[in-house]
Amino acid sequence: MIRRLLSVLHARNLEFLRDRGTLVFTLLLPVMLVIGMGFVFGGPERPLFKVGVLAGHPDRQAHPFLRERYVEFITLADESAALRKVTHQQIDLLVDLHAPPRYWVNTDSPKGYIVEKLLLAAEPAAVRQPVTGAAVRYVDWLFPGILGMNMMFSCLFGVGYVVLRYRKSGFLKRLHATPLTAFEFLSAQVLSRLGLILFVTAILYLGIGAIIGFHNAGNLLLLVLLGVVGALSMIALGLTIAARFSSEELVGGLLNVLTWPMMLLSGIWFSLEGSPRWVQWVAHVFPLTHVLDAARAVMLDGAGLPQIAPNLLYLAATALAFLAFGAWSFRWRIE
Amino acid sequence: MVHVARENPLGSRASPQARRSANAVSNAVLEVRELVKQYPATLAVAGVSFSVPQGVCFGLLGPNGAGKTTTIEIMEGILPPTAGEVRYRGEPLGNRFREEAGILFQKTALQDFLTVRQSIALFRGLYTTGLDVDEVIRLCALEKLAGRDSRKLSGGQQQRLLLAIALVNDPAVLFLDEPTTGLDPQARRNFWELMQSIKARRKTIILTTHYMEEAELLCDEIVIMDRGRIIAQGPPRRLLHEHFAEVLLELPRQEFPAAARQLPLNIIDASDRVEISTHDLEATLRTLLEAKVPLTNLRIRPANLEDLFLELTGTELRP
Repeated sequence: MIRRLLSVLHARNLEFLRDRGTLVFTLLLPVMLVIGMGFVFGGPERPLFKVGVLAGHPDRQAHPFLRERYVEFITLADESAALRKVTHQQIDLLVDLHAPPRYWVNTDSPKGYIVEKLLLAAEPAAVRQPVTGAAVRYVDWLFPGILGMNMMFSCLFGVGYVVLRYRKSGFLKRLHATPLTAFEFLSAQVLSRLGLILFVTAILYLGIGAIIGFHNAGNLLLLVLLGVVGALSMIALGLTIAARFSSEELVGGLLNVLTWPMMLLSGIWFSLEGSPRWVQWVAHVFPLTHVLDAARAVMLDGAGLPQIAPNLLYLAATALAFLAFGAWSFRWRIE
Repeated sequence: MVHVARENPLGSRASPQARRSANAVSNAVLEVRELVKQYPATLAVAGVSFSVPQGVCFGLLGPNGAGKTTTIEIMEGILPPTAGEVRYRGEPLGNRFREEAGILFQKTALQDFLTVRQSIALFRGLYTTGLDVDEVIRLCALEKLAGRDSRKLSGGQQQRLLLAIALVNDPAVLFLDEPTTGLDPQARRNFWELMQSIKARRKTIILTTHYMEEAELLCDEIVIMDRGRIIAQGPPRRLLHEHFAEVLLELPRQEFPAAARQLPLNIIDASDRVEISTHDLEATLRTLLEAKVPLTNLRIRPANLEDLFLELTGTELRP
């Protein structure tokens, strides 16, 4: 089994490396992304006041501070996660309006300083609890999203169209006449694409990281593990689409149906905190959401294996499920 | 000899002919039983049965649309039958069959950007046992092309590569679906020479073709199919002997006077010529001379499989 798998894997790698057009495009896209990120995020940060309010606070009308204009109030349930946001300057202030009222402010944050004045004007008795910590810029928060988005496109479209091309040309039919099983064939495709994705993601990580001056707070090996499991899940998802069909239009349409909701709902561009519960539920069905949640936890908060284990397990389970479904529904030839 | 597979086990009181048939079936590498393939609008194969003995080159002949490719693809395990079954060495097609079968499809694309050697090596890696890649390259005369991109081969070279891939597992049974269709005459003859060297290795070969010359040259036994059914089966010489004890005289149609059609001759109409089948060549020639039929372009030849097909179906083999 391993021998057959390696034969197909080796041949697929040779094919990819010699297909100069695709190779150049695959490497050019990340470089363009790096340059684009440099342009977009080279300028100054945009001012915005955000105040976290710990959940379960009393009637909003009883607190004049909560009626302040030009301030966005975000309800947060988890106190430790909320405190982390103050530390990273993702929110400018955190308030707990239960008696006695308390608030946390980052003494390194200029915006925190101003919002603190507003709070004290409305709630003079609020108890101050200072914290410190450098800002996590939007660009730092977006960085894992860009890596994940590129990974998603490469996973879904990269393998989907290759398998479709093999089926249409009759190459799959020829392979079917050998002892090769669908599972072995699909595994070889997954591994070939996985190697490519890890390589391209590493280029992006180093390139964009250098341009924006990103510092990873967590363990790099854990990030690699997350990249492997996340890419496996998304490649296998792409294979479930390509496993059966023979029409480029249909496969292209189905892949778009998968990618666009992930683009919008997996938290590439903005956090889903505060969005309706059903949106969050739907978002957590997508593998990309788990990749991004875990990547941000590691890269921004320095989370370890125990914290992201549920995400890793979800990704590993979906990878196996998608691969098994793909092998089950696989068609070697055009019906 | 082609033997029809029989469902009923033969007891001790079976006839000598039936016993011979049973022995042949037990010697069969492949048995095809009551095969049916129904597509939504077409009955492609309408219940065919035959068995392929060890070590023969077995031809499936017929015009386009006769059901040859559908039959061979069911035998290869590529297409599922609507009814009936194919057994390899007495067992349903399974892993052993896939390990021991070599297949050359009518149309096959290989993986892009691979050289001839790499394409062969890819398939060699899919089998547990087989020939060395260099040996297959030598066998199919691909030494000078081993480093070339497989997409840059001529038609004949491409077929030799596909044959090399079909031979890479040193197959016990080799399927060739119209292997020389589309090749120029020289490339076709080269391929036939290659096939004869493979035949010399006592491989069991199943070949579909609509080139009668190819079937006469290579096949030990044939099945002629038309509209999904078998219309004749047996060794080519025996079939010809059974249907043509006579020789054929050919005359161009425009040189054959209408009045001559009234002569007491066995006249067969072909597309551009008139054929006369006869036991007594001298008497027939005398009759034609007396009727003043011009004989300048007369051609006398023994019957071939093309004639057999015409005789059996009333139509030309290649539409």
